[in-house]
Amino acid sequence: METIIIILAGVLVTVATYLLLSKGVLRVILGTAILSHAAHLLLMSMGGLKTGGVPVIGEGDGTYTDALPQALILTSIVISFAVTAFLLVLAYRTHQENKMDLSKIARGLKNE
Amino acid sequence: MNNILVFPMVIPLLTGIILIFLRPFIRLQRWISLGAMIVVSGLSIYMLEMIQTNGIIRLDFGNWKPPFGILFVGDSFSILLVLTASIVTGICLIYAFLSIGQEREKMFFYPFVLFMVAGVNGSFLTGDLFNLYVCFEVMLLASYVLITLGGAKPQFRESIKYVVINVVSSWLFLVAIAYLYGAVGTLNMAHLSARVAEAGQPPLVTVISILFLLVFGLKAGLLLYFWLPGSYSAPPTAVAALFGALLTKVGIYAIFRMFTLLFYHEPSITHTLIGIMAGITLVGGSLGAVAYKDIRQIVSYNVVIAVGFILVGLAVATPSAVEGSIYYLVHDMIVKALLFLIAGTMIALTGTAKIDRMSGLIRNYPLLGWLFFIVMLALAGIPPLSGFIGKILVGQGAVEGGNYVLLALAMISSIFVLYSLLRIFKNCFWGETIISEEEQVPLKKTLLIPCVILTALSIGLGLGAENFAMYVKDAATTLLNPSIYVEAVLGE
Repeated sequence: METIIIILAGVLVTVATYLLLSKGVLRVILGTAILSHAAHLLLMSMGGLKTGGVPVIGEGDGTYTDALPQALILTSIVISFAVTAFLLVLAYRTHQENKMDLSKIARGLKNE
Repeated sequence: MNNILVFPMVIPLLTGIILIFLRPFIRLQRWISLGAMIVVSGLSIYMLEMIQTNGIIRLDFGNWKPPFGILFVGDSFSILLVLTASIVTGICLIYAFLSIGQEREKMFFYPFVLFMVAGVNGSFLTGDLFNLYVCFEVMLLASYVLITLGGAKPQFRESIKYVVINVVSSWLFLVAIAYLYGAVGTLNMAHLSARVAEAGQPPLVTVISILFLLVFGLKAGLLLYFWLPGSYSAPPTAVAALFGALLTKVGIYAIFRMFTLLFYHEPSITHTLIGIMAGITLVGGSLGAVAYKDIRQIVSYNVVIAVGFILVGLAVATPSAVEGSIYYLVHDMIVKALLFLIAGTMIALTGTAKIDRMSGLIRNYPLLGWLFFIVMLALAGIPPLSGFIGKILVGQGAVEGGNYVLLALAMISSIFVLYSLLRIFKNCFWGETIISEEEQVPLKKTLLIPCVILTALSIGLGLGAENFAMYVKDAATTLLNPSIYVEAVLGE
């Protein structure tokens, strides 16, 4: 099961890298979102998948899944959510202010 | 009593939250934020003394014993950096009072500076890897806001690049943490160190360590510094000074921690790699520093050179080299802030950043000119000033370690630093005065106060190196003997 998840994470990273290297800023932001999905999947599978019950005391039969990676992922989801929200607004404001093609920023062209 | 350890992070955080409610009262915001930094500096000095007598102090949150809970660990190295960071931030705040402008002050400028400092101090103090990640994000999110705050065109352009680069490096950080947790099964740094030592650092862990090197290399501008010159020249002066003084230094701190505490078993691979990266950084930074005619670019590339220089000390890893790196790290935080402030003042006075468009500034602004001269000598490492002792110790370490290529690169880079700044001094301060008496922009005398304080600190650090040596020695001893740290955390 871990192997499949790792392959899935690998595919996500490939897609994200491709998107990050593209011209449009929106594509880049989508890339960062997919990248964080891949990291979260990786964190989960690194803790070992499905070795016991739900990590709630009283729910399982004595063995529980590792609860630590879940806490880490929860933290990291919130952080990446905040960063993505900021990045989206930043891209919107840049588009609004500069009246220019977002792709120019991605390519690093000076417009002054 | 150990609760004192949490204050460098909690005081800025709480003050920042309070300042959000005091939005219309700018004067009050200024005084409170400055007061918070002074309190943190005072507490850090107290803690530094405490560590000299009692050894490493640690604080377990919620009374969970070390491998299971999050904890803060204060050794001389981290507290020294907390102290320097707080002092430098306080001084940059004074500069910000006079220069940043009402619009930015009304848009939560001070809260975000304090949040950034909270993140920086948290990163220095934490003893947990994932907590380090969170503190990094606290620092970075605040820095994203500070770099965009105000919304000038170049700020937008550079901030998108800056944010995306940091999102990618944070992602790498997360992946590295996942791998390390999968390989070793813990996140507490001391516990990690013990487990890695038990396993004798197998190749898998070495690969993970290189991943960490990439992550912190991106944050610190070690080899992967391509994002740095652009981002550091976009924001207003006070913010750029804070960035130049604090942000890359956190990355350097993390590299030092990682490679002295955790991954020190395969120096032939990891430390050689650090050496190569530091060497290339020195060359690249030196080329950048002499290539541009834009003051901000020159100053930013000087940050890159300093990163390379400090990491040379780690790559060599003899006691005197590490000591030299610590001296240089503290010196560089102070002097880079000063350099950015002076460069920003020059740009504000002349209205241009190109060095061939200004000339003869020393006749109109003599004090500014001589301050720049002193900072130039300090950065190049001229004896009575603060850069000297760091450079000489790193050099001595490199000779002891027989690492002559790095020694040559490090010393030649000093010449490049001197040349690049001397070019600014000669072009901008000497020569015919372009600005006549009538159209001379009056330099607010108060604007020079922070510069003078920083210069005094730099001179004091150079002349008072003896008084300072005790702390640096202790920091270097702890870094080179990870068992001290591990025992302080996991012992009893």
